[in-house]
Amino acid sequence: MILDLKKLKLRSVNEILQNIDRKKNKRDFVILNPEGNHAICAGLTDNIDVTIKGHVGYYCAGMNQNANIIVDGNVGTGIAENMMSGKVHVKGNASQSAGATAHGGTLIIDGDASSRCGISMKGIDIIVKGSVGHMSAFMAQSGNLVVCGNAGEALGDSLYETEIYVKGKVKSLGADCEEKKMSKKHKTKLKGLLKKAGSNIKPEKFKRYGSARKLYNFNIDNVSDY
Amino acid sequence: MLYYKEKIIFTNLCVMCGIVGIYLKSKKFEKSLGDMLSKMLVSMETRGSDSAGVAIYKSDKNKIYKYSICLNKLSFEKFKKEINKKVKLTSIDKNSDHVILKSIEKPVKILPILQNFKKISLVGYGKSIEIFKQVGKPSKVVKKFNLDNFSGSHAIGHTRMATESEVTTDGSHPYSTGEDECLVHNGSLSNHNNLRRILKKNGSKFSSDNDTEVAAGYISDSLKKRNLKQTLNKGLNDLDGFYTFIAGTHSGFAVLRDEIACKPAVIAESKDYVAISSEFQAMTHLPNINNARIFEPEPGIVYSWGKQ
Repeated sequence: MILDLKKLKLRSVNEILQNIDRKKNKRDFVILNPEGNHAICAGLTDNIDVTIKGHVGYYCAGMNQNANIIVDGNVGTGIAENMMSGKVHVKGNASQSAGATAHGGTLIIDGDASSRCGISMKGIDIIVKGSVGHMSAFMAQSGNLVVCGNAGEALGDSLYETEIYVKGKVKSLGADCEEKKMSKKHKTKLKGLLKKAGSNIKPEKFKRYGSARKLYNFNIDNVSDY
Repeated sequence: MLYYKEKIIFTNLCVMCGIVGIYLKSKKFEKSLGDMLSKMLVSMETRGSDSAGVAIYKSDKNKIYKYSICLNKLSFEKFKKEINKKVKLTSIDKNSDHVILKSIEKPVKILPILQNFKKISLVGYGKSIEIFKQVGKPSKVVKKFNLDNFSGSHAIGHTRMATESEVTTDGSHPYSTGEDECLVHNGSLSNHNNLRRILKKNGSKFSSDNDTEVAAGYISDSLKKRNLKQTLNKGLNDLDGFYTFIAGTHSGFAVLRDEIACKPAVIAESKDYVAISSEFQAMTHLPNINNARIFEPEPGIVYSWGKQ
C-alpha cells in the first residue's frame, strides 16, 4: 500500500499504520514524499513492513514495537527513540540522539550518526556502519553499540552496562568508560550483531569498551567534584 | 563542565528559533532567491512565530550605500521630507514600514544623522545588504515585504521564538552591527551581559537587551583585526552558550555550531547553491534538492562560502 504524504496528512498516515485492519491484513507499506516531516511512523505496534522513500525529520519510528521500518534517506534527531522492539534501518546518515533511551529492537545506520548516538540506551542493539559523534552512549544502561567507523569525544561517558564495540579510532573516552578484553564470547556476540546488519567485517578488528564501574557508588575522594 | 551541560541538553527541546540561509554559486537562481528563501522562512514558522527577518545581499557595482530603516510609526512622507534636508539622496524606496535609502555619501557622515533621528530604527547598512524584519508570523512578514520577489546573490533569514528580550523590531534578527555584516542565531548565550559591557567600553553601540546583538557586535569588533573565519574561531572561546550562527558578509556567509552542538543545523550543497537551515523540511522545495549533498555541520568547525 502506497501512502503519499503529498496527498495524505501525516496524522492520517500514522493512524493507518498504528491501526492495522486485521481483516484486510495488509502489512506492506511504502511512504512517499516524507519531505523532512517529524514523527513519521511513531508509535507503531504491529508486525508490519514500512519503507520510507526520502529524508525524514525528528523522532521517526519513535516508540516502535514489532514494526520493520526502512528509511531510504537521512534521518533527523532521535530516530527510533525509545524503541521497544522491531527493526529500523536507515540507509543514509542520522542526526543526533539516534536510538535514545530505546529498550529493545535493532537500529542499523548505514551512514554516520552524529552526536549522542545511543544516549541512555536501555537494551537496544545499535549498529552504525559509519562513525558516531561526541558523547555517544552517554549514560547508556544496557544493550550494544557497534561502530564500524570512528567515535567522537567522550565515548560512553557515565556508562552503566552497555557494551560498546568500535573498529576505528576513539577520539576520547568519557568518565568511567574503559577498554575491555575481547573474549571469545564477545566475538561471537559481535559477529551476530554484524550479521544482523549484513556486514561481514571480522570481529577481531574491533575493540570493546565498557564501564569501569567506579561511579556506581559514592566515593569520598570525589566529594569536591559535586 | 561538559558533563553538566550534557545533562541540561538531555531535557532541552531542539525547538527555539529557526535559521535559514542560501548562497548561490551561479547566477542561475539569482532572480528566484527571494522566493527560495521565503519558502524556507515560512516552513520554519513552527520553530518561531514571534518575529521574522531577512538580510538579502544584492551587490550594485557602484559606490552607492544602502541604509535599511524601520520607520516604526513615523509616516513615510514626514521622514522623506526631513531626511532630504539633511542628506543628499540618490533614491528612497518604501517597502511597507521599512525604507531603503540610497546615497553616495559615506556611512561616517550618514550614520550619526540616522542614529540621532528620533522614532526610526536603523536595521542595517552597506553596499549590498538590505534588511527587513518585523514582529508577527513569518508568513505575514514575508507577505508584508513581498520578500518572494527579491533577487540577489545570497540571503539569510530568521524566525524567532523570544526567550530573553522583548518581541519588538529591535529584538528581531538579523542583527547588523557593521557594514554589510549580519548575524542570525539559533540558541542562547549565557555571558552576553558581561560581553556587552566590555564591547560598550570599546565603543560598540547596542539597541536592545538581546544576546544575539551582542554576538553580532562581538563579530563586528573582531573583524576590525581578523577575517570572519578567525573571528568565529575566537568566538568559540569567548561566547558561552548554545548556538548555531550564520554570519553574513558582502561576499558570502559562514556557519558555526558551538562545541556541544545541541542546536540543530542541516546543510545542502549542490553545484548551484548552498542552503542551510535548522531542519531539513525547510529545504524540500529547493531545486534538485534530492541530488544535493546533505550533511550536518560538525560542532566547533567554521564552514564558509564566498570570499571571506
